[in-house]
Amino acid sequence: MRALLLRDLRLAFRAGGGFGLSLAFFLMVAVIVPLGVGPAPATLALIAAGVLWVGALLAALLSLDRIFALDYEDGSLDLLATSPLPLGGVVAMKALAHWLTTGLPLVAASPVLAVLLNLPAQGYFWLLVSLAIGTPALSIIGAFGASLTVGLKRGGLLLGLLVLPLYIPTLIFGAEVVKSGAAGAAIGTPLAALAAITAGAWAGLPLAAAMAIGANLR
Amino acid sequence: MSIWEYANPKKFMETSALALPWLTGLSAAFLGAGLFWGYFLTPDAAKFGSTVKIIYLHVPAAMMAISAWMMMLVASLIWLIRRHHVSALAAKAAAPIGLTFTLIGLVTGAIWGQPMWGTWWAWDPRLTSFLILTLFYFGYIALWQAIEDPDTAADLTAVLCIVGSVFAFLSRYAVLFWNQGLHQGASLSLDKQQNVSDVYWLPLLACIAGFVLLFVTLVLLRTRTEIRARRMAALLVRERSA
Repeated sequence: MRALLLRDLRLAFRAGGGFGLSLAFFLMVAVIVPLGVGPAPATLALIAAGVLWVGALLAALLSLDRIFALDYEDGSLDLLATSPLPLGGVVAMKALAHWLTTGLPLVAASPVLAVLLNLPAQGYFWLLVSLAIGTPALSIIGAFGASLTVGLKRGGLLLGLLVLPLYIPTLIFGAEVVKSGAAGAAIGTPLAALAAITAGAWAGLPLAAAMAIGANLR
Repeated sequence: MSIWEYANPKKFMETSALALPWLTGLSAAFLGAGLFWGYFLTPDAAKFGSTVKIIYLHVPAAMMAISAWMMMLVASLIWLIRRHHVSALAAKAAAPIGLTFTLIGLVTGAIWGQPMWGTWWAWDPRLTSFLILTLFYFGYIALWQAIEDPDTAADLTAVLCIVGSVFAFLSRYAVLFWNQGLHQGASLSLDKQQNVSDVYWLPLLACIAGFVLLFVTLVLLRTRTEIRARRMAALLVRERSA
């Protein structure tokens, strides 16, 4: 399993594209929104938490079809499915690699973008915490969506339609943590709910995704 | 004699052919009677005026939109566990009907909300979770259409339906946490003393019964169509290979 993780990480780094791209997209969202709504600091401070979370959602979405598509095309997914590794474990490792290459950089870059969006100073810590806890959920939910559409020629648009509704609870609780944190209010409930979603998704979805891949490879 | 006999397409076709005319007639009777009673024979409500009458469409449609998803969930589970094709086809057949009910619920709600709340739309928990349910229906139907192999499509949509149910449920509570809204609480229940007054309650019951029957009728009808389409495809394959 570790070999698989390292292989995926190496592929992501050396093949280029995917790694920096979603980060650049995240940056684009943070730049485009002030251009659209106007530069008034009060307005930006109000929407910063939501915009950063929506940006994280979309950035994660962009790179999802890479999780399985390349391996499906060159046949390595078949090999992985027939290998002694449980397929659920394969899915989890691939989702983890996806998180390490897209989610983690995004978490690291988020404070810089928060400056652009004039997030209140109290919110920075909670932004980091909520993204660090929430983005793994985005990766595994996305891996599930990608496993549904892996056999399709033009799965990209469909993937968005399938995955974004599944992202809604994560988005609500994640943005809520930042918003309450920035306002200095209590963040216990949404933070616990966010962590619960991440933990639950990592526990259940690899199995569902393994089932979907099994059906797709048949 | 077990319920699984109806999983045999032939048996299903025979039974549903017998039941359909009755179900059609009954749902037409209940809906016709309920709507006529509701629209023409009940007084206007004191606070709401005649807009109250939209509940005869809104409430049953909203109830059935959720029930339809539940039915799809059960049918999906049966497909995954027992591999009965009729079950998968019934789930497929129910999705567009459920979507239509969701849209009826949203549109009638907007029409009611405009004069009553002064707005077509508000990000109220119930409204939002209904909108999210609509998105799940769209995704489910799109996935069915995107995949060519029928068994793969049935598998994948069944998995999506199960995972989607969990997340739809989560969204429901997330949204509740996120915003408190305008929509009034449940005013119908079996165990409460104080329901809507009987004048509105009885025709509403008739309409709900009518919508349930309508749903069952349409699902049977559409499942029959799907089975026939499946048979036709099989015949075409046989013809081509002969």
